[in-house]
Amino acid sequence: MKKEDIIKPENLVYRRTPVLTDNVMHYCPGCGHGTAHRIVAEVIEEMGIQEKTIGIAPVGCSVLAYNYFDVDMQEAAHGRAPALATAVKRLKPDFFVFSYQGDGDLAAIGTGETIHACNRGENITMIFINNGIYGMTGGQMAPTTLEAMKTSTSPYGRELSMMGNPLKITELLAQLPGTCYVTRQAVHTPALVRRCKRAIRQAFENQKENKGVSFVEIVSNCNSGWKMTPVAANKWLEENMLPYYPLGDIKVSK
Amino acid sequence: MAKGAIVINTERCKGCGVCIPTCPNKVIALSKKVNSKGYNHLEVQNDNCIGCANCAIVCPDGVITVYRVK
Repeated sequence: MKKEDIIKPENLVYRRTPVLTDNVMHYCPGCGHGTAHRIVAEVIEEMGIQEKTIGIAPVGCSVLAYNYFDVDMQEAAHGRAPALATAVKRLKPDFFVFSYQGDGDLAAIGTGETIHACNRGENITMIFINNGIYGMTGGQMAPTTLEAMKTSTSPYGRELSMMGNPLKITELLAQLPGTCYVTRQAVHTPALVRRCKRAIRQAFENQKENKGVSFVEIVSNCNSGWKMTPVAANKWLEENMLPYYPLGDIKVSK
Repeated sequence: MAKGAIVINTERCKGCGVCIPTCPNKVIALSKKVNSKGYNHLEVQNDNCIGCANCAIVCPDGVITVYRVK
C-alpha cells in the first residue's frame, strides 16, 4: 500500500490536539513539560471542557504555559498557584480549575500554599512536574534534588548532612484529609504517557464530584540542567529518580 | 506490509530523539538535514510503519501525525 493511500483523513489515529496553540514551545529539546502539556490538553479535549477550564500558570520553566494552552489561563506569583486556583474555583465553582507547577515552585517557595490548599480540600486539580532541579534559573539545587546529585549550587553532589533530605512532597500531601487523589506518574515512555493521561483524566473527573484536591506528580527530566542528552536523561531518570520517587497511586479515596 | 504512515512537522521538531527508541520497527531516525532553527529533525527512513503511534505519544512537541489503515 502506498503512503498516499494511507495518509487520508479517515485513517487518522493521532494528531496534535487543537487545545494547544500553534506556538512553538520554548522548552529544551526532549523536555517532559511538552509531553505533560500535551496530555493535559488532550484530557481537556476528550472531556469537551475547553470553554469551562481555567489553568493557573506558575513561575519556572513553565511560566509561559499560558502561551501554549488554548484555554483561559491566569499567571500566579512564584509558588502561589494553589492560592490563586483556590480563588478562581471559589468564584467559578462550575469551572474546571487546574494548577501546573514545577518542583521549585510547588515544593520550595510555594510549600505553604500547597499544603494549605491541600489541607483545606479545595476542589482543584494540581499538576506537579518534578525534575529534581531548578531548570529555568540555571540548574540550582531544589528541595527534590537527589542525594549526591550534582547541580550548579551543589557541585560535589547533594550532601544530606548539610543540605537536608530530598523532599517527597507527594507522600506528605497524601497524609492530608483534603486530598482525594494523589498519584505519581512519568512521561518518558509511551506506556507511562498513556497511564499518566488516565491519571490526569481521573484528576479532572474528580472535580465534577467535588471531592477535594486531586494531585498528580509527574517525574520528569531536565536534560539541560542534568547536562545530558534527552535519551540519556530519560535513562538516568529511570535508574535514579524512580527508585526514590516510585510511580503509582499513593492515595485514592472512594 | 506497511499499513501505517506518519507525517512529521520538521519545522517544529527539535531533534531530541526521544521517539526513536520507542519505534518497534526502526522507522524513524534523525536527518542529516537541519530545519530553520538548526535542529537535525526527524525523518522516515523505511516503509515499515505499523501506525502504533508510540513516537507521537512521547513526542514533547507534538510534531508527529499518525495514520493507520483500519
